[in-house]
Amino acid sequence: MASNVLVFVEQRGGRILPAVFQLMQAAKEVADKAGGHVEACIVGKDIAGLANEVAAYGAKKVYTVDDPAFEHYRASAYTTALDAAVEAASPKAVFIPTTFMGRDLASRLGARRRAALVIDCTHVEADGDDLIATSTLYCGKVFAKFKLTGSRLQIVTIRSNAYPAAEKQDGASAETVAVSATVSDKDNRVTVQEVVSTSSGVKDVTEGDIVVSGGRSLKSEENFKIIYDLAQSLDGAVGASRAACDAGYQPHSRQVGLTGKVVTPALYVACGIDGAIQHLAGMRGSKVIVAINTKKEAPIFGVANYGVVHDLFDMVPLLTEEFKKLNAAG
Amino acid sequence: MRILTVIKQVPDSNAAIKVKGDGSGIEEAGLKTVCDPFDEFGVELAVQLREKRSDVEEIVAICLGGEKATDVIRTALAMGADRAIHVCDPKFENMNELFAAYAIAQAIKKDEKGYDLILCGKHNIDLDSGAVGPALAEFLDLPHVGAVQGLDMADDGSGFTARRRIEGAEEVVNAKLPALLTIEKGLVEPRYPSLPNLMKAKKKPVEKLTSAELPDVDAGTTGTDLVEMTPPPPRPECKFIEGEPADMARELVRLLREEAKVV
Repeated sequence: MASNVLVFVEQRGGRILPAVFQLMQAAKEVADKAGGHVEACIVGKDIAGLANEVAAYGAKKVYTVDDPAFEHYRASAYTTALDAAVEAASPKAVFIPTTFMGRDLASRLGARRRAALVIDCTHVEADGDDLIATSTLYCGKVFAKFKLTGSRLQIVTIRSNAYPAAEKQDGASAETVAVSATVSDKDNRVTVQEVVSTSSGVKDVTEGDIVVSGGRSLKSEENFKIIYDLAQSLDGAVGASRAACDAGYQPHSRQVGLTGKVVTPALYVACGIDGAIQHLAGMRGSKVIVAINTKKEAPIFGVANYGVVHDLFDMVPLLTEEFKKLNAAG
Repeated sequence: MRILTVIKQVPDSNAAIKVKGDGSGIEEAGLKTVCDPFDEFGVELAVQLREKRSDVEEIVAICLGGEKATDVIRTALAMGADRAIHVCDPKFENMNELFAAYAIAQAIKKDEKGYDLILCGKHNIDLDSGAVGPALAEFLDLPHVGAVQGLDMADDGSGFTARRRIEGAEEVVNAKLPALLTIEKGLVEPRYPSLPNLMKAKKKPVEKLTSAELPDVDAGTTGTDLVEMTPPPPRPECKFIEGEPADMARELVRLLREEAKVV
């Protein structure tokens, strides 16, 4: 019976998504219990050099699918690549980060392999040959446990920050296996013309370990500067409520919520956000939530770990100063 | 051009959801349901394509769901779809999106003419997986482009350029038809169906497909079974920080550093 867990190493331009190292931890826990070990698969162009980086986080074997055809993510082509690695590795399960790429790829591979599949898990554990995966439904209002049968390939995508990163062992090495995947004409039906950055120097909300968000009470685009300053002092990303985006204070690419982006950072700081259901759905999975709001009865305090009932225009700059002091102290 | 839009009935995003006592599902009684907002983007896009172009022959809406789903089928018909296919059988009740995609694919394959463009929501707000679109494309052997927020269809209808959202960037991709797109917020704003259109929708044809017509579709074979549902674990009580503003800022930073250990 297969017992190894294959981790899909999401990378863009040779930079590994940090959440991958958290998946290595989840994979280790499952593989240990199943009596197997962690393996990894890297798909891209000129990515062989990334194998050691993955080995340091516990992969015993790294399958690389390295070809100019995989320079950019394309669903069908990447499915073919990962499918070839699955064929070579015969794993029990494939762990994929919950990202735009991960959801897409897991779904397509799941269909191709007629696999058992659960998307966006907060916890995964081995139960004999089966896998028990926890995810959230109905905008985070329900938690659900699913059993993925051991008689099929098990595919899960795992939410970022659901697990801590695996311990890093410098100098660890892994056996690398170059896998060749035959990209068919069908896989080439979509071509990537260009990739345009929308983050303009500030981290995207889905990438930040820390997200600082502002609501409509910021009152203008200019006033968002204090949010950017606080985010910068924390090396975090900037988010916004739907109301703030609809009012034009921030672009919709920064909207956190059900119809915006769903984020699960280690720290979420909500400034002047009351906490409409659709916003809470987008951030309630964050590890630690701080709310700053003048209304003590605001729903945001119902999900917050720490609350400050005070005017954000006063409090946010004070916080920025405190974090700057902290940074200066090292 | 023949366009298919995939729709689903889901609980309203503002509805309170109650888990059944035995954890086997949610309480459906009295629950307000709507057409999934992301799926509605697909219906709207289809209708706008027809308004802008002369080559859209037919817009068909397909829905997998119970008898109650006729409500959302009517919404799609009132928005402008010409007819609908309702894949409806208690045997098809399953929480798995790979199964949903498979069942819909089998229903689509029954129609020899096929479709040039298939539109799905980026994800559905009930299961929050986003698997239906990509999996459906795979089952139909079609290319797909996910999370589309900009679309330029070629004048001759042979293909398109789409802008799709990824983390921190936007990708511009090209593809030929036939293809499947999943639609992100921002591409179109769904119209409210007018009363006359709602009346007309009642007369539009709805074809019902049951397990008698789709004999090889079996919800029991997904390999993914619900063990139990529970309400979300309560978040810890909010700790309110009080005092002078400067003291509050200092105390908050201290707590984040020493207690929560996140900075």
